[in-house]
Amino acid sequence: MSMASRMPEPYGQNGGANLADILERVLDKGVVIAGDIRINLLDIELLTVKLRLIVASVDKAKEMGIDWWETDPALSSGARRDELARENAELRERLARLEPELESGRSSGRTHAEKEGE
Amino acid sequence: MTRLRYVYAVCRPFDAALQAQLTGVAGDPPRMLNHRGLVAVVSHVPEGDFAEAPLRQHLEDLDWLTGTARAHQGVIDALTAVTTPLPLRLGTVFRDDSGVRVMMEAREEAFRRTLDRLAGRVEWGVKVYAENEPSEPSEPVEQPADRPASGRDYLRRRRMQTRAHENMWEQAEEFAGRLHATLSDYAEDARLHAPQNSALSGTSGQNVLNAAYLVPRGHSEEFVEVVDRTKDDVPGMRVELTGPWAAYSFVEEVENVGDTGERT
Repeated sequence: MSMASRMPEPYGQNGGANLADILERVLDKGVVIAGDIRINLLDIELLTVKLRLIVASVDKAKEMGIDWWETDPALSSGARRDELARENAELRERLARLEPELESGRSSGRTHAEKEGE
Repeated sequence: MTRLRYVYAVCRPFDAALQAQLTGVAGDPPRMLNHRGLVAVVSHVPEGDFAEAPLRQHLEDLDWLTGTARAHQGVIDALTAVTTPLPLRLGTVFRDDSGVRVMMEAREEAFRRTLDRLAGRVEWGVKVYAENEPSEPSEPVEQPADRPASGRDYLRRRRMQTRAHENMWEQAEEFAGRLHATLSDYAEDARLHAPQNSALSGTSGQNVLNAAYLVPRGHSEEFVEVVDRTKDDVPGMRVELTGPWAAYSFVEEVENVGDTGERT
């Protein structure tokens, strides 16, 4: 839709909008009316599993204020969870390796720190 | 086949014609349903796709959802060019015209109040992305070779990494906070939305501000200039502007007043 006469041109027709911009508005904003066809968008598996990542509720965003990204679980994207999981596994593996060393260190009368300092 | 009524928006009557080739959801051009001085913009949609069970199934299909969302937004966009629509959430469907009229009567007062409040205003979306991860020695994925010394080193590296991250977030927070304060001064109202997941939005960088601003049409050019001016303030921060949107993020008064209780 051309709005050249009234609106700044480069941004007309939501040229810069990505699909997430559109979905977060048409699915999560706008007037909620229970029509004759009753669909609760949050019941839809796809929306809860996938789209919840890009779309959180307005109310929650309001509560969060300007520093939301530090606490918002929506930020913990799959990539971040993967990283945490990987780190977790790494640490567990490391611990498993260190424990026997610690044990043998104790039995030979040395502390782990001494041993590590060698 | 029975046709249901898909409602995009409610607005006041307007004279301008919509684009002739505008097709709504399911390929049916939007029609104006006048009732008591308000207009519901509706499409006729097949029951086979928009009755409860098929609609539920379709919504699980990302391609269908994408097409429908774009068609919905296309109609709202066209309306925004000629009037101030109150956008309804995707998938608002009634059996027939009289069902739509009953709904309009039940909510008439709230619709009018919100239309008055939003008349002549549009929504601009502003997002800030932190472009760069902080530069840091990339952490080797555990090499068996560095085993003996690495317990402490590992923790030290983790600490440094965490600190670098914190610095980046602090910087991003400060920039986003400052921009949001500046833009809020120019706008009549503002809403903060949850940041978008970059994998799904297909953009680079970490989204740290996702805000919407309610701006009178007449002040839009000025608002856009303010955004443009701040764009290059801080290296590593990218500012993205979208709009003009219908005032999607500012309709909530209607939800609170006279909602029939179903809150999606």
